[in-house]
Amino acid sequence: MKIQTILAAGAMTVAAVAAQNAQAGAVLDGIKAKGFVQCGVNTGLPGFSAANAEGKWEGIDVDVCRAAAAAVFGDANAVQYTPLTAAQRFTALQSGEIDILSRNTTATTTRDAKLGLTFVGINYYDGQGFLIPKALGVSSATELDGATVCVEPGTTTELNLADYFRAKGMSFEPVVIENINEATAAFFSGRCDVYTTDASGLASIRTQMAENPADYVILPEIISKEPLGPVVAQGDEQWSDVVRWAFAAMVEAEEYGVTMENVDDMKANSTNPGIQRLLGVSPGMGEALGLDEAWAYNIVKQVGNYGESYEKNVTAKLGLERGLNALWTDGGLQYAWPVR
Amino acid sequence: MSKPQNAPGDVRSKGLVDYLNDENVRAVLYQVVAIGLIVLAGWYLVSNTLYNLEQQNISTGYGFLDLEASFEISETMIDYSAQSDYATALMVGLLNTVKVSLLGIILCTIIGTIFGVARLSSNWIVRKLATVYVETFRNIPVLLQLFFWYALIPSAFPHPRDALEPLPGVLLTSRGMYLPVPEPDNAYTLMTIAAVIACVVIYFVRKWAKKRQDATGQPFPMLLAGIGIFVGLVLAAYLAGGAPTDMSMPALKGFNIQGGYNISPEFMAVLIGLTVYTSTYVAEVVRSGIQAVPNGQWEAADSLGIRRSIALRKVILPQSMRVAIPPLTNQYLNLTKNSSLAVAVGYPDLVSVSNTTMNQTGQAIEAISIFMSIYLGLSLLTSLFMNWFNKKMALVER
Repeated sequence: MKIQTILAAGAMTVAAVAAQNAQAGAVLDGIKAKGFVQCGVNTGLPGFSAANAEGKWEGIDVDVCRAAAAAVFGDANAVQYTPLTAAQRFTALQSGEIDILSRNTTATTTRDAKLGLTFVGINYYDGQGFLIPKALGVSSATELDGATVCVEPGTTTELNLADYFRAKGMSFEPVVIENINEATAAFFSGRCDVYTTDASGLASIRTQMAENPADYVILPEIISKEPLGPVVAQGDEQWSDVVRWAFAAMVEAEEYGVTMENVDDMKANSTNPGIQRLLGVSPGMGEALGLDEAWAYNIVKQVGNYGESYEKNVTAKLGLERGLNALWTDGGLQYAWPVR
Repeated sequence: MSKPQNAPGDVRSKGLVDYLNDENVRAVLYQVVAIGLIVLAGWYLVSNTLYNLEQQNISTGYGFLDLEASFEISETMIDYSAQSDYATALMVGLLNTVKVSLLGIILCTIIGTIFGVARLSSNWIVRKLATVYVETFRNIPVLLQLFFWYALIPSAFPHPRDALEPLPGVLLTSRGMYLPVPEPDNAYTLMTIAAVIACVVIYFVRKWAKKRQDATGQPFPMLLAGIGIFVGLVLAAYLAGGAPTDMSMPALKGFNIQGGYNISPEFMAVLIGLTVYTSTYVAEVVRSGIQAVPNGQWEAADSLGIRRSIALRKVILPQSMRVAIPPLTNQYLNLTKNSSLAVAVGYPDLVSVSNTTMNQTGQAIEAISIFMSIYLGLSLLTSLFMNWFNKKMALVER
């Protein structure tokens, strides 16, 4: 009898705890309670996310996290960073170790639907390319038959690589190293003929990590579509909305010409109803998202608009022009959903 | 409690309290409760995990094993391509783990024994050198040693275009070592069969030789005879198979060296790293084993006029084995488990392939459960084998 009672009580406690553990809508509450956003970033990809000489994280991916923090707390510095390899990133997000994954991650069906994730925007439109030493005299990816290729595991890059060589009837030998620094070191030491990843990543490796960038060329072929963007876990729609609109606000600010410098002036003087809505002069947007009305103002003031973030991180560090990432009005693909 | 006592001797109708006070009943009861709690805890963890995964819309199950892997693996011992399924990919990883572990175990035993004996040498230089070797490599974390070897190998050798050729057909490059191998031929199957037969023959000859020595005291040159039987039989099979001479020679073609057998820098780094690291522990095990044999054994052998080298081989080492085998088993298990660090230097072992699988499918729990069970299985197999070996070597009490 007694034993049965104990067992029953035990089972009940267990059931109660189990029910407590998974609670929808908990992410944003958790972030507010702890006072900062836990942001998963690349272990080191200059232009996207890398620690600078002072140990501060910067890059276009880092700015998405900073924008989210600015929207929630009014303080873009309320972010803590977790550097992750490609293979670690989704587990970290699924387990709740990080609140947002902003790590040059390609949006795909499997990831969105099967891994319990939500892609909330595309902050960089990219495609996969090949980096190769000039000395090899190769001018096209179609000449790569039999090459040894360095690639990071657990990436779409690894799959595209196999697809591309299979489609072209060529063979290759992969060298798969998880840590990007180890992988690039292997490439520069001559272990591989070719390094493959997204074209922006190649530019980053070439300009920031090669001893002499002029010794390396990026081949003209772009073999895939790589829409890179921030990801959150499914289950807290309010939090995914915050991140989605924090990024949209950056693009919208650029569309309206609102910059870090003129944002105070715009807030005080602009008569454009769109700008007034964005900056919280006419209230409503903040309330809709469960945030302060100055959410977008804080983003632009502290992080800057999308164009500023791109200019500061990608153009200045990697020398890459806007290309696909120009605003739609300039013939690019960046097109913010209207904040209204 | 209030229940009246039953008549003495009527065991069957004892009250509940008496029943619970029975020592035997209690012993069983405690065990039932303990098992119950463990099962409950396990059930809680599993059901809670499943519930949470479902809440987060993460798909579960092992169905992904049949899907196409679509990634390539550099070193495969079985047929594998990007079109193969995940199960095959994991098999490739497992075989690579087994390959590097098995070779590592054999090599670390040989090297470790040499250094273990050398540490007890009467020669000062040999003794000190062995001590330096053991103390250096034992005290540096094995992961750092792997990084060290992996950084060293590609940068120490030239690009395939200017490959070093120390022996004809053997190429040393930053992409590893290339060895010439014979082209596939039926003769080699025949030779393998001959090798197996040779081993069986040697086993029986050895049995006979031992019997004879026990009976007459006459020793038999087993080593020479063994080599003779093995080489003779295999050579005969080679000749019978038509003595093929076609070799696949490694040579530069396009980007890489094609043909021959490639030992990749990743494999070399892992094998050297694990072997060197574990051999230091094996050396210590061997040294302690030898020192555990009483000095009287040396003196007894001496007084019979047995040379020191033979005394070591025939008297001391066999006895030290009894002390050494259990800790040696530990080292073999450690080496196998440490091989999972191979993922850091890009050797496609089980963990590396599982990590990729996990990441491409998102099935983290499933992938981890697979490689954990496989490592457990490998370790249990090693233990079983070593326990059997230990029993065989143990002193037979008379």
